[in-house]
Amino acid sequence: MMGGPVIELRGVARTYPGPPPVPALRPADLVIDAGDYVAVTGPSGSGKSTLLHVLGLLDTPTAGTYLLDGLDTSALGDRDRSALRGGRIGFVFQAFHLLPYRTALENVQLAELYNQTPRGQRLDRAVEALRGVGLGHRLDALPTTLSGGECQRVAIARALVNRPSLLLCDEPTGNLDSANAATVMELLDELNAAGFTIAVITHDASVASHARRAVAISDGVLSERIGAGHA
Amino acid sequence: MRRARTGLPSPRLSARDTASEALAGIVQRPGRALLTMLGTVLGVGAFVAVLGLTATGAGQISHQFTILEDTTVNVQDNGPVNNVAPPGTNPAIGFPADADAIAERINGVVAAGVWWPVSLPDGANFTGSLALSATASQTVSLLAASPGAVRAMGVTMVAGSRLSSYENDTAQHVAMIDTTTAAELGVAPARLASHPAVFVNGIAYTVVGIYSSAQRVVTDESAMLIPENTALADFGNPEPGIGNQDEAQMVIATKIGAAQAVARQIAAAELPTDPSRLVVASPPNPQNLQSEVTGDLASLFLVLALISLLIGAVGIANTTLVAVLERTEEIGLRRAVGARPRHIAAQFLAEAAVTGTLGGLIGTCIGAGVVVISAAAKDWTAVLNPAYTLPAPLIGTVVGVLAGAYPALRAARTSPLAALRTA
Repeated sequence: MMGGPVIELRGVARTYPGPPPVPALRPADLVIDAGDYVAVTGPSGSGKSTLLHVLGLLDTPTAGTYLLDGLDTSALGDRDRSALRGGRIGFVFQAFHLLPYRTALENVQLAELYNQTPRGQRLDRAVEALRGVGLGHRLDALPTTLSGGECQRVAIARALVNRPSLLLCDEPTGNLDSANAATVMELLDELNAAGFTIAVITHDASVASHARRAVAISDGVLSERIGAGHA
Repeated sequence: MRRARTGLPSPRLSARDTASEALAGIVQRPGRALLTMLGTVLGVGAFVAVLGLTATGAGQISHQFTILEDTTVNVQDNGPVNNVAPPGTNPAIGFPADADAIAERINGVVAAGVWWPVSLPDGANFTGSLALSATASQTVSLLAASPGAVRAMGVTMVAGSRLSSYENDTAQHVAMIDTTTAAELGVAPARLASHPAVFVNGIAYTVVGIYSSAQRVVTDESAMLIPENTALADFGNPEPGIGNQDEAQMVIATKIGAAQAVARQIAAAELPTDPSRLVVASPPNPQNLQSEVTGDLASLFLVLALISLLIGAVGIANTTLVAVLERTEEIGLRRAVGARPRHIAAQFLAEAAVTGTLGGLIGTCIGAGVVVISAAAKDWTAVLNPAYTLPAPLIGTVVGVLAGAYPALRAARTSPLAALRTA
């Protein structure tokens, strides 16, 4: 499983049923290898979100084949898609989506709830993930007492706790000021250097510049811009 | 099959995790949770309190239900079906001459005898010895009583003796009077040896006994008792028929617990040829009494309890539905970290169930408290039947599950896309 591409899209398309039918994502091919750092850029309404949802198994393509870790996801039912989503993909959202009444640690542990992580190991893994994003000193802090950057790092810890094959980030700095955005992007760079495969979906060129590969999407058409990012 | 091919572990949410997620969901909003529970608390509380108070009240009634009442059987002579007595006269009394002896042969009977209120002509008066010419100012009842009846009445003698079998068999003009009447007529207990007489409408009766109190029949009235046969000779047969107030009756003192059994046998034993002529009144069965009490007011309160449970269910359903709408983001996140729709449904259903159960628990405590406090305030013994007190919190669970079903379904159907779109 390791060694092969993490993501392989073959002619994947998503058309929202009409009338009139809206082709949000035109047939697209994309390969993301293990250890890649890919930025998907495009203006709003270009189909970025649709691609994110398809990649994140939150939405099903209407055409084509999507292989995740070599598994053909189009043949899978809800149970297996949920298992893949929980185990192989780590989501980082623009709005963090932390539960406001739960501590940082509890928010991270939420990701261990549904994937059969043995109860005895949950706490240790969550603590480890939070230390990994530099929040070892704020384990019991509530999201309301954390800065935006800290919130996003908790969310990244939550995405990492199951050691996913792909870290899928949706505008990870969209709600952050430039200082906080910089620390978050640094963290992503470090994670990629540590071997995590990362896909960032953004409209922000400075965010995209961190990635080694850039993929542009416009009007639902995906096009790779080789050498766009910095090495 | 598919699972074997992919080798993926199935997403799972254990019962323990479901419960702790549900508890966390409730605990993080305690104020709202309490308000949500209110209807269930009131409903279950009312349920427990009503059943507890009725049981306590009924227990108290059966406790207060005195041993005396429980050991008394009354039999009334309703008269023959075909009255063959000559006009202007009454038929012979329905009880045989040896009625006392027959009754006392029944197992459980302590004493029994026939008595009736003698109807006196208008203007009849009770006068003491002619020398004193004292007249009773208040109403004095003249009662005919067999020796057995006197014993069954349980009179406490102050002076002299009870009416005897000899005096009855020979229709002696003797009488027993109560202390009040004795005082009014100037019959001092100490003077009984001088055979004072009381005149009733001019007929002299020698006072042979003075009693101070009685357990049955003549408990709270001034009365003069004369032998049964003396009354028949002087005043004729009493008029039969219930409602006349002066029909012949039998009073039976029984052993504790024997009243019901005696009541079943007495009519046939006394009058085997026409037992239906005798109407038997036994003390009400304490259990019947209890169910009567439970029947009336309690059913009204139970209806009210049911209504508040219904309101409680609506409350939980409403709050859970609001929570589902409020927490679309959380639902989406949970889906993103691997939750299946059924896990989402289970979580919200569990939250509603836990809310209902907690409401039921609180309600049960409050209900039990109300019962204990109101019983204590009246010096009663609180009675709480564990058969319905212990499972009472489960009513809350059922309410919660029923109320949570629809919101949980809504939550499960929430699309993870819509849930995460908030930016």
